[in-house]
Amino acid sequence: MRRLPYAVMPLSATHVFGQSWGDIGDITVQSLWSRATPPGAKSGAVYFDLRNGGATDERLIGATTPAASKAALHTEIMENGVRDSARSEQSMSRRESLKPGGSHIMLMGSKRPLKQREHVPLALKFAHAPPLRVQVEVAKIGASEPDASGHSDMKDMH
Amino acid sequence: MIKKPPLGILVLAIGAVAAIVAIAAVTWRERPASVSLDLGGPFALTDANNGRTVTEQSFRGKLMLIYFGYTYCPDACPTTLNNISEAMAKLGAAADRIAPLFISVDPDRDTPPVMANYVKAFDPRIQGLTGDAEATHRVAKEFGVYYRKHDVPGGYLVDHSSLLYILDGKGQLLRVLPASENGGRLAGDLRELLGGKS
Repeated sequence: MRRLPYAVMPLSATHVFGQSWGDIGDITVQSLWSRATPPGAKSGAVYFDLRNGGATDERLIGATTPAASKAALHTEIMENGVRDSARSEQSMSRRESLKPGGSHIMLMGSKRPLKQREHVPLALKFAHAPPLRVQVEVAKIGASEPDASGHSDMKDMH
Repeated sequence: MIKKPPLGILVLAIGAVAAIVAIAAVTWRERPASVSLDLGGPFALTDANNGRTVTEQSFRGKLMLIYFGYTYCPDACPTTLNNISEAMAKLGAAADRIAPLFISVDPDRDTPPVMANYVKAFDPRIQGLTGDAEATHRVAKEFGVYYRKHDVPGGYLVDHSSLLYILDGKGQLLRVLPASENGGRLAGDLRELLGGKS
């Protein structure tokens, strides 16, 4: 794959072949995915892997997307069989994995159903780094992992 | 005026105790000795598909697979409903003897049309059931389900117990499973229970 010169590379290279990944400074976000939502559903969740390759601790503090009126970081904690939702900030010492049954970016007030295979723009907000704009690949409804397609074969560009 | 008990406190207290019992049931599952749980019981809810009232009697002769949740649920409920859908697919013809029921713990927002649209996106055989606040409270109490509204910016979520209940055709509780049980394992459980007389 041809590398773009850094000077013309946008902050995130996600729209190059639609890869669901992005990076900004020392922060790398990979395997961004969401799930298709039923008609009328008002909520959704976005999952991804986060990596902090720098020396400074970083925190993911929130997100925005045109697909929903609100997007916030959420963690679901299983305690005695009860699922408790907590609004949280994801600290990023090195690596974090947001996946079903754990943490996710919750989309609330969805403006329309998410369709499998579409890409949804999302901006991740960090405590220190500027916002990271990425594209989220939508997997099938209720999926436990991203659809098996050829995304994310473009690894770290550092 | 009849003095009403504070509903929230009641649900909280009963739910907490029952959730522990349910968890114990999950933990004890592998043991040979039988443990009888007084969970489950009569209910009257609205079938989201047709607006008709259904009760535990409506599913006689089938195994009831019950999950409590709500359509605004961002993460857990879609996962579980997908697990149920996968289990139904794996069961093939035997799935005709299963009644998967998704009971809402958010009756304010989960009107019958909302529920019907939601469940059929997973598997049209899943029946969405709703009730008013009172009916929801009653069925949740019977199954030891804890649920509580949780305000978040822009709306609210409902924290809730996340367990799967399998009941036989007489409404007797057979098994309580974690909702994270994947489709394959869930199908295995259901097949095993179908194998015995239900």
